Amino acid sequence: MEREAEIPSVATDKDEVDIDAVARDAAASIAAAPSSDALTHIETEVLGKRSVLAKAHRALGKLDPESRREVGRQLHEVRTSLEQQLAARRNELAAAERMIALAADRLDLTEVIPDQVRFPLSRGHLHPVTQARDELEDVFVGMGFEVAEGPEAESDWYNFEALNMPPAHPARGMYDTMYLDIGQPETVLLRTHTSPVQIHLMEEAVRNDSLPIHAVMPGKCFRLDTPDARHLPVFNQIEGLVVDRGITFGDLAGTIQVFTEAYFGPGMQSRLRPAYFPFTEPSAEFEITCTICRGEGCRTCSHTGWVELGGCGMVDPAVFTAVGIDFQVWSGFAFGFGIDRLALMRHEIPDIRSFLENDIRFLSEF
Amino acid sequence: MRAPLSWLRDFAPFPDDIGVLVAALDDLGLVVEAVDKVGEGLEDVVVSRVTEITAIEGADRVRRVIVDAGDEPIEIVCGAFNFDVGDRVPLAPVGAVLPGGFEIGRRKMRGVVSNGMLCSGRELGLSDDGAGLLVLGDEITAAPGTPLTEALGMMPDTVFDITVEGNRPDAWCIAGIARDLAARLRLPFTLPEPPAPASSGRPVGQAATATDESLDLCPRLTVSVFTGINVGPSPDWIARRLTLAGMRPINNVVDASNYVMLERGQPTHPYDLSRLPGRGLIVRRAQSGETIETLDGITRTVGVPGRGLGDTGEDCLICDGEDTPVGIAGIMGGATSEISNSTTEVLLEAAYFTPMVIARTAKRLGLRTEASARFERGCDPWGIDHAVTRFCQLLAETSPMVQMAHGMLDLRGDVPESFEITLSIARVQSQLGVALSGTEIAGLLEPIGFDCLLAGQRGDERLTITVPTNRPDVRLAPFGIDDVIEEIARTYGYSNVPRHMPTWPQPGHLTSLQRSRRFVKEVLCGLGVSEGWTDTFVAEEAHAKVGLTGPVVRVSNPLIAEKPLLRRSLMPGLLEALAYNASRRQPAVRLFEVGVVFSHPDEGAPRVVERSGAGGTETSLLPGERELLCAVFASEDDDARSAVAAWHVIADAFQLRTVRLVAPGAGAPALPGLHPTRSAHLVAHHEDGAALSIGAVGEIDPGVAMTFGLALTTGAATSARRIGWLEVDLGLLFDEAAEARRAPPSGAVSRFPSSDIDLALVVADEHAADVVAETLRLAGGDLLESVSLFDVYRGAGITEGGRSLAYRLRFCSPEHTLTDDEVGDLRTRCIDAVVGEFGAALR
Repeated sequence: MEREAEIPSVATDKDEVDIDAVARDAAASIAAAPSSDALTHIETEVLGKRSVLAKAHRALGKLDPESRREVGRQLHEVRTSLEQQLAARRNELAAAERMIALAADRLDLTEVIPDQVRFPLSRGHLHPVTQARDELEDVFVGMGFEVAEGPEAESDWYNFEALNMPPAHPARGMYDTMYLDIGQPETVLLRTHTSPVQIHLMEEAVRNDSLPIHAVMPGKCFRLDTPDARHLPVFNQIEGLVVDRGITFGDLAGTIQVFTEAYFGPGMQSRLRPAYFPFTEPSAEFEITCTICRGEGCRTCSHTGWVELGGCGMVDPAVFTAVGIDFQVWSGFAFGFGIDRLALMRHEIPDIRSFLENDIRFLSEF
Repeated sequence: MRAPLSWLRDFAPFPDDIGVLVAALDDLGLVVEAVDKVGEGLEDVVVSRVTEITAIEGADRVRRVIVDAGDEPIEIVCGAFNFDVGDRVPLAPVGAVLPGGFEIGRRKMRGVVSNGMLCSGRELGLSDDGAGLLVLGDEITAAPGTPLTEALGMMPDTVFDITVEGNRPDAWCIAGIARDLAARLRLPFTLPEPPAPASSGRPVGQAATATDESLDLCPRLTVSVFTGINVGPSPDWIARRLTLAGMRPINNVVDASNYVMLERGQPTHPYDLSRLPGRGLIVRRAQSGETIETLDGITRTVGVPGRGLGDTGEDCLICDGEDTPVGIAGIMGGATSEISNSTTEVLLEAAYFTPMVIARTAKRLGLRTEASARFERGCDPWGIDHAVTRFCQLLAETSPMVQMAHGMLDLRGDVPESFEITLSIARVQSQLGVALSGTEIAGLLEPIGFDCLLAGQRGDERLTITVPTNRPDVRLAPFGIDDVIEEIARTYGYSNVPRHMPTWPQPGHLTSLQRSRRFVKEVLCGLGVSEGWTDTFVAEEAHAKVGLTGPVVRVSNPLIAEKPLLRRSLMPGLLEALAYNASRRQPAVRLFEVGVVFSHPDEGAPRVVERSGAGGTETSLLPGERELLCAVFASEDDDARSAVAAWHVIADAFQLRTVRLVAPGAGAPALPGLHPTRSAHLVAHHEDGAALSIGAVGEIDPGVAMTFGLALTTGAATSARRIGWLEVDLGLLFDEAAEARRAPPSGAVSRFPSSDIDLALVVADEHAADVVAETLRLAGGDLLESVSLFDVYRGAGITEGGRSLAYRLRFCSPEHTLTDDEVGDLRTRCIDAVVGEFGAALR
């Protein structure tokens, strides 16, 4: 109370002004403003050019230096405080007015009569990658495979270690991995390939004593690939796994060939050549007749007549051991390749990034 | 790895047919990425001497140059400035065709006729230097007019650019490639043994010291000392081979070390012995936090565990005799004790490091070198001795007086030795599906260095195979058996293995979830909705923009810094897709996506994995994953109604009868991102009374639509567009569908005619239309076949705060035709029920 008494009065060109009283009155009218429009009005009154505060500010020059500083400071404080109150009230009113508007807009969704809703007489389109995936699944189902799926986030065990890639294994460098900020560093990651699903399937088969396995596993995978016309950090892969008695490398080559003709058409050839994957032994890359030139040689296939499709091999005994399958009794093969690239090849799409743009003209082409 | 054919021919007499060689290499898994023909196209290029340089008036980028190329002086216009009168430079005369097919013509520039072109190293395909002409050094004495290839001592050569797979460190060198290729082409392969170096007679122990304090990290350390060295340029043939292989010649000592690495696969490191404090090396573990400046000028901290899984921070250092680090073992040397022009004594370090140690350190430091790449795959610990003598042999070419101190300091721990694997011939057949005899297998393996000994009876033949120490990819038995089988398949030729399509009695099929997913997508397509695919990664503010709060799943090392989070909702992506289309003048779009959203384990629905490897923990908590179906309806006239109608079609498609629309508020939680009074939960009611929300339907909150720029401008006013939204948890939807299928359809349709009555009821807004319908249904009992709302009316004649709901009730009995009295009774019962429950008034 004593402090209030100390506040000096300010002489303006007309009259003496009690800054404190002005502040009190202004605060009261801000708090009482009934609407956003009214508040805008109050703002002009309280802080505008013709307001008492503005006039007091203009009159500062007539004061002696010492009181000028003191009164100037007071005016600034009051102005800042009022501005804050105005902003707060403005938000309050806006929220209330929004709720009123939304309430006025109310629609009981159970009143909607579907027959009265207008729907265009045109079909939507499945994404070209979905179409490719469905077609691949159908081909493999026809060849006797089940279709299995798995999670997109994985532990290190499923993505790497069970696949014969212990920590710091140099082969991990082939997979530019995205890790998640969960648990210990680098223990939780986004799967870099669909192979973790193999591990889940085999563990489950061991648990349920339900070998053999004949499955394909489509799904999204993630790698630190800078997006360009040929790469996306998110991509779709399909992978196959057969674990049965007496499965041989010749069975793998035969399966790849049957698939190649079933999907790409009669007369299309496949071939295997040595490669390295930590989870298969022997490992191979498989190539198919170039779909553009049909083996004649063209720019797409660097005039070799062949294009690389994916990797494959016989399941490594270390992988079988990791999941508890006796590799003396069971043997198997695995193969995998990119789905997106097949869709690109089939439709001769120049840039893979079109897949994620969702331009309706693009989607409607398929 | 770049392998010049001339170098490969040091080890086997390879034929000239490049096609045969490339096909064989490819089939061996040594994939040829490119074939460079070196020296081709230089036939017409000659050495010329610059005799005069004059400026051309009005031209400051080109000059007039007169050269002597043996005959008449030749006038040339040249744009390079890095030469003077008297220099000798390559001249491509008019008519010459340079590598790449560029033909030189006579041209007139600035009034001066140019009769050819003076060439840079790049234009000739000899180096990457395109900044100026290739000025010949004094060591090349050729006279003007001499063909350039003759002056440079160049023979046309072919360089294969070969990708060597990570499991084949043995093939990551010229000799290794030659070994495989010779075996495939059935050519004799010889690895010449270098002659014993001239010895100084002085025991090496008197010339230098060596200590290996970490035999586990460095199981074999050797130190040799060479004296009588003149440091200078390498002989042309060494420099040329290094250049062809992609390495820059530096000086004879460093070049010899690099040459040995490229040829034999063994990295070595030469030190200037006189500048090496303590005249020796100590190999030890890095202390935690120790720093070292590597050759690239970067100061690196070592001995500190990184983020990498299982990284203990164990780094192996090479220190001088006074224990000051001079290099990171197997990766990169330090700046001190480098070979200089004044070096006369060289200490050569040749070691075998534990591959995983080098792999971890290289990964953590982000430092991969030619040496580290080889060490981390595994070098031959017993190839060191040959590498050292070969180094000395190469050095003697330029330093004929070089002498090697007697012996080699050789510190050994647990050095991998060659070992035996017993291979049953039957296993080969059961894995490969091809019948090979023991003799045939031995014939495949022996040329690539695996000694074979055949034993056992017919039918139970076994081979005892000695695995050489340059094949660290072959594990011990039993796993190693399959590694050997891979070598058999590879050398036999994958394409020679007969193909066979296996069959099995189990039928292939889709799961019911997969069939349902395809079905629901087709249903949406049928409603004119197209399928989109939006990014799994979203921006920091993406969730707040659609009203979602709570823990997020963050990528530790995001590819795009602006998108560091895993999506918790498909809404941001689909709204962005709408905005993208709108910005391309395609505002009228309906899109759906089926995709996974993630929740942080802290949110209470983690995926618990009991199994985990070297990470340490037995149980890991993974993000929760849900597969959602979401659709946005933004065609002309679309709003919440479109989404509701679409939901009704889906519900009908899956025969769902128990899912109700429940508006948020009054016990039901808010729906983030959706219009609070034009949205509803999709709640499945189970027989046991439980209710489960399986999704939401309604309209995008106008505030949210505005933040995505989805606005309509009419005159001066801008307002949010109405966008219908449908979101369904696919897993829960299909569970409900499976449940619905369990209740068998009655199958029977009444043969008796049905009776319809229409009721128009005025009901207060607070009572949802489907609640009213449900009350009618209960009141109508078994004879009520269907209730359908067919009209809603608000306005004149209806009390404010209410509306008229018109229902059509269809009654039917399976046993008889209903009489007027019966229908009248039912009608009264239904009216009484809604009047009693909702205070409804019949209109």
